Amino acid sequence: MLLHHTPYKTYEPFIGPFDPCPPIKVKAYSTPPNLYIQFQPPGWEQFSPAEALKRGTLWPALYSPYDPKYMLNPGGMGGKEGKR
Amino acid sequence: MWIYEKKLQYPVRVSKCDPRMARFLIEQYGGADGELSAALRYLNQRYSLPDKVIGLLTDIGTEEFAHLEMIATMVYKLTKDATPEQLEEAGLGPHYVNHDRALFYENAAGVPWTASYIQAKGDPIADLYEDIAAEEKARATYQWLIDMTDDVDLQDSLKFLREREIVHSLRFKEAVEILKEEQGKKKFF
Repeated sequence: MLLHHTPYKTYEPFIGPFDPCPPIKVKAYSTPPNLYIQFQPPGWEQFSPAEALKRGTLWPALYSPYDPKYMLNPGGMGGKEGKR
Repeated sequence: MWIYEKKLQYPVRVSKCDPRMARFLIEQYGGADGELSAALRYLNQRYSLPDKVIGLLTDIGTEEFAHLEMIATMVYKLTKDATPEQLEEAGLGPHYVNHDRALFYENAAGVPWTASYIQAKGDPIADLYEDIAAEEKARATYQWLIDMTDDVDLQDSLKFLREREIVHSLRFKEAVEILKEEQGKKKFF
């Protein structure tokens, strides 16, 4: 259900012919799961208590990792898949 | 109202990859004597000034926004492709933490813009003298910015902006002369 959403989106900013620095061709931004949840329904699948303490949430559907390299990796969830 | 023309008042060419310079240029973006201060100062003061000089403040205030766009273009070009490491090296580590690569109305030291940079005293002479002083301070800032880079293309744009401050200063001084009225009228008391 919720896991179909990608946690990142990417876009290709305009690159000018006279830009002074080597370009960053793709930029990414977060679209964490809370963005797609209007109101959390009861009874969602849960992590084990130990896992939940480590991850910061009890629910896998709310878990949103952050890794800037992963965000821009085309093979990752934020890559081609996440591009609109 | 305004009509927007989607081009810069004067071309901005940045040829040297130098994010450090972005940190200095931001002084003219959100600093006390920067273009935002100038635009907001004139476009606000004009309401309570004598009719004869309102148009001047409208025109100059509008041009200051065009200058603001040029500064924004310079800063954006110098920061958009920098890594967090490069930004930190350029002294923009705190900026990155607070704003990523977004532009923000702050001075070169990172102090956010505040309305206390500008004044509207309601007294036409006091307000116009403030405007003249602001133009001279902005001119000086452009000089120090030109001194901080060896990028001749960036210097070219900055020299244009500096020249505009000189013109604006004279126009404000002429506004004072208009309000003085008696000057040159051979009116003897």
